Amino acid sequence: MFGLTKRTFRHGIHPPEQKDETAQLAIRHFPFAPLMLIPLHQHIGKAAICIVHENQEIVRGQLLGKPNGFMSTAIHSPAEGIVKRIGLMPSAQGKMVEGIYLQPYEGSTQEISCGEPCGLTASPEEILTAIQQAGIVGLGGAAFPTHAKLKAPEGKTIDTLLINGAECEPYLTTDHRVMLEQHQDIFLGIRYLLKVTGAQQAIIGIEKNKQNAADMLQQHLPADLSAKIEIVNTKYPQGAEKILINVLLGRVVPSGGHSMDVHVAGVNVATCAEIGRLLPLGQGIQERVITVGGPGIIKKGNYRIPIGTPLRFILETVGVTDDISTIFLGGPMMGQAINNLDIPITKGVSGVIAFTQQQYRERPEKIYPCIHCGRCVDACPMSLIPSQLGLLARNEQFTTMAEQFHLNECFECGACSFVCPSHIPLVQLFRVAKHSLKKEIHSKSHSTTS
Amino acid sequence: MKKIKKTLHIESSPHIHAGGGNVETIMRNVVYALIPTALFAVVAFGLSALLVIVVAILSCVITERVLCFLSKQNNTVNDWSIIITGLIYGLTLPPGLALWMVFVGAVFAVAIGKFIFGGLGYNPFNPALVGRAFLQAAFPSSMTNWSPAFSDDRFTSLPSSILTLPLASPVYDQLSSATPLAAHKFDNIDTAPMDLLLGLSSGSTGETCAILILAGGLYLIARNMMNWRIPVGILLTVFVLSSLFHGLEPDKYPGAWFMLFSGGLMLGAMFMATDPVASPITHLGCLLYGILIGLLIVLIRLWGGLPEGVMYAILFANAVSPHIDRWIQPTAFGTGNSP
Repeated sequence: MFGLTKRTFRHGIHPPEQKDETAQLAIRHFPFAPLMLIPLHQHIGKAAICIVHENQEIVRGQLLGKPNGFMSTAIHSPAEGIVKRIGLMPSAQGKMVEGIYLQPYEGSTQEISCGEPCGLTASPEEILTAIQQAGIVGLGGAAFPTHAKLKAPEGKTIDTLLINGAECEPYLTTDHRVMLEQHQDIFLGIRYLLKVTGAQQAIIGIEKNKQNAADMLQQHLPADLSAKIEIVNTKYPQGAEKILINVLLGRVVPSGGHSMDVHVAGVNVATCAEIGRLLPLGQGIQERVITVGGPGIIKKGNYRIPIGTPLRFILETVGVTDDISTIFLGGPMMGQAINNLDIPITKGVSGVIAFTQQQYRERPEKIYPCIHCGRCVDACPMSLIPSQLGLLARNEQFTTMAEQFHLNECFECGACSFVCPSHIPLVQLFRVAKHSLKKEIHSKSHSTTS
Repeated sequence: MKKIKKTLHIESSPHIHAGGGNVETIMRNVVYALIPTALFAVVAFGLSALLVIVVAILSCVITERVLCFLSKQNNTVNDWSIIITGLIYGLTLPPGLALWMVFVGAVFAVAIGKFIFGGLGYNPFNPALVGRAFLQAAFPSSMTNWSPAFSDDRFTSLPSSILTLPLASPVYDQLSSATPLAAHKFDNIDTAPMDLLLGLSSGSTGETCAILILAGGLYLIARNMMNWRIPVGILLTVFVLSSLFHGLEPDKYPGAWFMLFSGGLMLGAMFMATDPVASPITHLGCLLYGILIGLLIVLIRLWGGLPEGVMYAILFANAVSPHIDRWIQPTAFGTGNSP
């Protein structure tokens, strides 16, 4: 188009993409683990309410937890089996969380139980409920209940549906594969989403390095669907929703605001595909596509892995090299390092990446003082001053960070830490600062109410 | 299925790093970029320049080492930044300066210019220039006594001034040669810009050969280790202003090329003003900082009492730099009217 979209954004970084090894590998199904751990809280918001009891026999796809209010979503069984226990289980965040231990039956037929199908003729409210009942959350990594992003509050309207296929994190190729293999689901998902949001148009934003996916979608784009495919530059963090909205629509989500403030509903492309795949069948999410890769993995690939599969089972199935050093969930920029392999896969996990001793040795070790070089300022997609924030964080000036230097605009993309020649763990400092501020506000509100 | 028995490392994201050099690599490359200039200094001024540069570096390194030891801090000598300070400091001194003065200035530069503020990353001023400014104030006559370049006996004999005993006043046994700027200011003698570019004139040990300094600066810019907006700001401002004044009164004011290639301007613009610690952090800030330095240089050179003003211009801009950072902040995404 004639310069309507700029296709790129200010600042940002170009980490090595590392996607070649898994980008051409088709999505494959994954076996069931002997024991599955299904947390009731796999999303932002309130945990689901458990509606099964111990020793209950479960069919695949059966509802295990129902949403607890609007900011919550449903949890479904990934396999046919028996509930062994309901209790605490380890999580990626390190704390123990409530969940269901499910033992799948061996050699079970694994037919999927279906609920009430939701067709395109349903009303927007019915579709919204169906999305919540299907337990759909942002599969890009945020795990934000999708239905909560689609309903514009009173006085606000949504005119554009943004389907995020940027997938800017290195190593990850799940969205890429979904776009190549599930175009029908994606387009059907878009139809549902257009109806729910009332948006007039849908835009699918795809990074340049996935040209074949864009071509595939373009080729199959139904003539009656008001959707267009836009190529954006390959640059990290292009896939951040605020950035992509700005790049494709020229709109700026105000500080502290949401995409709805600029009349946009943003949905990850894999989430959209799941809506298109599950709603007509009345099913819920039982599995998700995950890139299992990195130098430490032997059988790299994109796998459709049942929710609740323990990390250890995944790694032992695909095989790891003898010299693995670090394993993280998600991409290398924002992913979370894990040292407990007994944690299960949840809906928000887009990648399982393993690094070896070689990467561990190559990682910067010595931290130097900040020399004010300004590389972080050049990298920050939010145009913050990470060096100044880092200095303030070290002096525990958290309030100044938030009030004068826009700490809360930081979404922890990691670009500043990535470029810092002094190896200052800037993102980590900001996380600590945000956490302290939250605690401070929390204790303040408590002291005033009591 | 092979069992995994392994202790895994936990670290905060991001799990990858850009690489391409840490602080040490950047510092080391600055030193590399200065080596041609330092070699030329030895060629042009002979043994005395070699001694001044070596003593300058050694004094700085020793001072830092001793200060680290006394304050029970980690030894920071091997991050190379002190080598840069010592080298730049040496390159700004007159080639015949008494070595004990070189030592005193170096101690001042490291202790007062760098260490008391907290060491690398915290110095508000360029430490090398702090040391030089101290010498300029303490020993004004020695600091303006310039040995001629390319004298015949430069590799065989040392000027007696250089080996003066500590605290004694140096005796100069050869005629001081005026720098091109002083010659212009006080005697109205012009030096050809080409001679300045190639380093045929007299001056501080490392400031005379503009073309080698320029090449070193370009190397650092090409490797993304220097913000080019600073030297560009300085050089453009000086060029534009001096062209203007030269155009108005050609007899009174020197030409633009003379202004650019004379004195410490090139060395200052490329290697001293660009000290990242003491310069602004944003691109726009760097440009303004460069323009400010250029403005001050022209002001001091054309109307000030001193023939040269690069050192004071940079030190003054260093002082303003934090304020530039305060005034010029990037508009955080979503907080302004436009992206």
